[in-house]
Amino acid sequence: MISAITFINEKGSILISRMYREDIPKNFAESFRIEVIAAKEIGCPIKQMEDTIFMFQRISNIFIVAVTKKNVNAALVFEFLKTLVSVLESYFGSVNENSIRNNFSLIYEILDETIDFGYPQNSSTDILKLYINQENFRQDKDSAETAKKIAIKATGVIGWRKDDIFYPRNELFLDVIESVNLLMSNSGNVLKSDVAGVIVMKSQLSGMPECKLGLNDKVAIEEQTTKTSKARDSAIALDDCTFHQCVKLGKFDSDRTISFIPPDGVFELMKYRTTENVMLPFKVMPVVKEQGGSTVEAKVTIRAEFSEKLFASKVVIRIPVPKNTADTKTSTTIGRAKYDPTAEAIVWRIKRFPGRTESSINAEINLIRGVDSNKTWSRPPISMDFQVPMYTSSGLRVRFLKVFEKSNYEAVKWVRYITKAGSYQIRI
Amino acid sequence: MFSSSTQKGELFEIQTKLQDPKTEKKKEGVKKVIELMTLGKDVSALFTDVMNCMHTTDIEIKKLVYIYLMKYAKYKPDLAILVVNTFVQDTQDENPLIRALAIRTMGSIRVENVIDHLCQPLGLCLKDHDPYVRKTAALCVAKLYDTNPELAESRGFIQNLIDLVSDSNPMVVSNAITALMEINQSKKEPVFQIDKKTAVNLLNALRQAPEWGAAFILDSLSKYVPKNSKQATTISERILPRLNHNNSAIVLSSVRLILHLSGFIENKANAVNLITKVVPPLVTLMGNKNEIRYLALRNINLIIQKWPSIFSHEIQIFFCRYNDPIYIKLEKLEILVLLASEKNINQLLHEFQEYSMEVDEQFVRKSIRAISRCAIKLEKSAEICINVLIDLVKKKINFVQEVVVVIKDIFRKYPSRYEKIIGLLSQNLPTLDEPEAKASMIWIIGEYSEQIDNAHELLASFLASFKEENTDVQLQILSSLVKLFLRKPHESEELLQQVLKLSTESENNPDLRDRAFIYWRILSSDADLSSKIILTEKPKITEKSFHFEPSVLDELLRNISFLSSVYHKVPTSFLNSYQITQNHEEDEFEDENEDENEDENEKEEKNPKNKKNIIKSENNQEKSNNNNNNNNNNSNNNNEDMIVLNENENENQNENDDMSLFSLNDIISNTVKKTQTQNTFNSQLQDSIFETPVIINNEPRKLLLNSAQGKGMEILGLFKRKNDDIILDLEIKNQTNQKF
Repeated sequence: MISAITFINEKGSILISRMYREDIPKNFAESFRIEVIAAKEIGCPIKQMEDTIFMFQRISNIFIVAVTKKNVNAALVFEFLKTLVSVLESYFGSVNENSIRNNFSLIYEILDETIDFGYPQNSSTDILKLYINQENFRQDKDSAETAKKIAIKATGVIGWRKDDIFYPRNELFLDVIESVNLLMSNSGNVLKSDVAGVIVMKSQLSGMPECKLGLNDKVAIEEQTTKTSKARDSAIALDDCTFHQCVKLGKFDSDRTISFIPPDGVFELMKYRTTENVMLPFKVMPVVKEQGGSTVEAKVTIRAEFSEKLFASKVVIRIPVPKNTADTKTSTTIGRAKYDPTAEAIVWRIKRFPGRTESSINAEINLIRGVDSNKTWSRPPISMDFQVPMYTSSGLRVRFLKVFEKSNYEAVKWVRYITKAGSYQIRI
Repeated sequence: MFSSSTQKGELFEIQTKLQDPKTEKKKEGVKKVIELMTLGKDVSALFTDVMNCMHTTDIEIKKLVYIYLMKYAKYKPDLAILVVNTFVQDTQDENPLIRALAIRTMGSIRVENVIDHLCQPLGLCLKDHDPYVRKTAALCVAKLYDTNPELAESRGFIQNLIDLVSDSNPMVVSNAITALMEINQSKKEPVFQIDKKTAVNLLNALRQAPEWGAAFILDSLSKYVPKNSKQATTISERILPRLNHNNSAIVLSSVRLILHLSGFIENKANAVNLITKVVPPLVTLMGNKNEIRYLALRNINLIIQKWPSIFSHEIQIFFCRYNDPIYIKLEKLEILVLLASEKNINQLLHEFQEYSMEVDEQFVRKSIRAISRCAIKLEKSAEICINVLIDLVKKKINFVQEVVVVIKDIFRKYPSRYEKIIGLLSQNLPTLDEPEAKASMIWIIGEYSEQIDNAHELLASFLASFKEENTDVQLQILSSLVKLFLRKPHESEELLQQVLKLSTESENNPDLRDRAFIYWRILSSDADLSSKIILTEKPKITEKSFHFEPSVLDELLRNISFLSSVYHKVPTSFLNSYQITQNHEEDEFEDENEDENEDENEKEEKNPKNKKNIIKSENNQEKSNNNNNNNNNNSNNNNEDMIVLNENENENQNENDDMSLFSLNDIISNTVKKTQTQNTFNSQLQDSIFETPVIINNEPRKLLLNSAQGKGMEILGLFKRKNDDIILDLEIKNQTNQKF
């Protein structure tokens, strides 16, 4: 499995590393520096040098690298690196060269506990914090009794939640966050559109609560035949969904019930994906004309397709311009537009875009005639950013969220929806 | 920064802290030691002081001391033995965390005399009542096995592990099975094989296992061979829910297992139904981080090769986004070509055209190639593909040269059908400066010299700079002039003499010189015969991307999610460690090789002996490589009188060589040939391409040119079919006493 986990800075020197096996060359960091860091362009995240293989993830100014000589499960290694970052973040905030240097012994402890002989072990933050917690030193945790409980917990079936959680006020927050992706051809055809959704939960519940979540998922509703036809009409089809490890997958597979004992605090409960009946919040109609080699004219009209009761915020439209742009003249019906030379684009920002309205921008782009001017312009796509609160592009709705706990408390539940732009691109 | 004096001072300061009776001070000291150790300072001088801190009830300090110990014990083995007692005591501590910590650390110290004392406590820990200790001890057996296999076996620890596979705690089960699987890998005979009972145990543990444990259990389960169709169905039903897990490792491992099981299900409809269930989760992975997307794409590529139709409705997912990283784009392109069909070709061409306008050179070239690959793959749509290419030339996009290269392939696939575009291409002649593009253009001129009125002028212009050209271009000029001479002898006699002279006088390029000599002899034998040999009808090429042998593809599919599937190479071919352990097997089978070749072709994909199969094939590959080497030696030394050419050497080389070989082929008449032009399409991210094994059987080669006609040169050749590949086995003999 993994022979070593190592943290390497941008200069290629090792900050800290933990060797689990001795089968890798001593100078491996050197080869990594030459092959990956010196290469500048960060390409493929897997590199083989002779028969040593590096799998890495870049975070701020460092590389977290897993080194191996075996035919390992690559997905598992990448998933582990991802988990490792979130564990470290939960201990000391952002992971960067400085925070690594300030936490050597903590990192050793974590690397020692989360991987044994190259095989990842329990890496759930809540459990780890029970026994790796250098700051809040508590004498009683060394008592054998406590330790026994911890050990049971660390190997237990519900390895993501401790027992003795108590909140005076039991609350459950649910955020349905959708990213809508669009790729539209220059003739206005939708080449691909899909919604990638994630349901993030923040649980502040006492004890060992058992939760049940109901969505307007077509398959689930058809499964439970007693439902009214009304429920059936508003149902949507999900292409696929994946769940946090707390969700009982067997139960979902048999009757599409989403039932789980949540970890404490914030976590991603589920992700889903759909390509059917995606409602695009914005329609973009671009006209971009190259006038000889000296000017480009662009007129882009945007229409908000969602209800007039709603509005979009943080709307940004990037209209690419050629490299040799000298200056631009723009006029907009709403918001402000500015030419950004480093982004090679006109950036049009609208703070608040009301539903069912239309806005447009007219731009005249003057080009410098030069050596490059006879090269064709690659015409990158127009891209868009936005957020539409209280709106889901997929039409997903939470039908119910139930909490059962043996003490029978009433939990207060909150649900929010928001749709954001994922990769929203329109070719010109 | 640390001069020796300050370091001394610093070490002294730390030493004082370490010796302080107060726990807090001690801890500060040990932390400081760890910090210096991490910064690469030598703190081995403090060994004794640090060891003295081990006697503490503070688990924090203990952990830090152990970290220090793991690093320095091997430098101070004599002192390390002194702490063994503390270790052994700790393995009997009341606190399970301490017991586990002690056994985990002891296993990681690879010092012989520490290992000697490991066995007794390890035996106890394996039977500990606390699952946390048991799961740690299970992996410790694998550690011990790694350093001292005999000891691990003689103490019966393997049996202990086998017992732990049916433990009540899922985490213990997953670590135990993982340890066993690892030990199996280093053994000729597996120490443990998963039987039906174990499989049931593993499936039960899977339901409750935490995420990594679940992944390990799934990986182990893929080693299990179900006894019958019913069993395969039952297991797959238990695995299916895992496809909804958030963790991509679990998803990919489940996909691997499900695909593996589908092969055992007798009812074809059920099997197909099962296979299609892996599609949505794989598509979902495309919404993940780039690292995972890359893995998913590499694996999807393999799956499509085996089951071409299951992704046909998901084609949009593989469209490239402008801001996808290049390594993702190239993989998507590969898959789009795999999925290309008469139905979706218009949509695809639109995409490829869009991509050809982008900036990244590598991506643009691959996109242009993708268009020609579609033209070659889909005969009915060839025309529209070519129109797109013509359009690109007219638009004067960057890298027009690539278009020339790919059009050559199209000409080879559809000879005498699209000559009308030659005119357009030759307009671009002066701008060509890349060897591959030049060589392609020259080939086109030579091949169609009858239709091109000024062919001799064009070739003459290339001949002028002959000496400065790259070898591939030189070879191509030579071949094209020979072709021109045979078609229009009057215009080109002089040019031919020039080129033959230039080539044969070339001191440093045996390939060029030898080829010139061969032409010379053929041409001086008999004009009709020469035409018949050289101007023979060209064999057509086909589009078969990657094109793995079925047995290799199956092996790769059994490695889904593992590095092997990312590299598209079987483990033995890219990792030394695997070759070492399997060398014995190779030896064993070597003798059977020659006799069993026939046999091998007939073996079915699902043959349980597949593994054996591959090893053998690779062995053959080695042999053929040897042949190739011989070949090179021969041409260099000119001492030997026999050259064995094997067309599959081609597969090990890039397309440039392919071109040269292609002209050599002109020598042979009435033959069909299958060339793999696709190799260069493989993502350049891979350092080398997987090499398809070659089978040499003993059927005698046919005489193609006897020595009398060939003025001493005798050519024997035979075409052989291996699955879909046609292999040309060629032998050229010099029957004279002179050097060629």
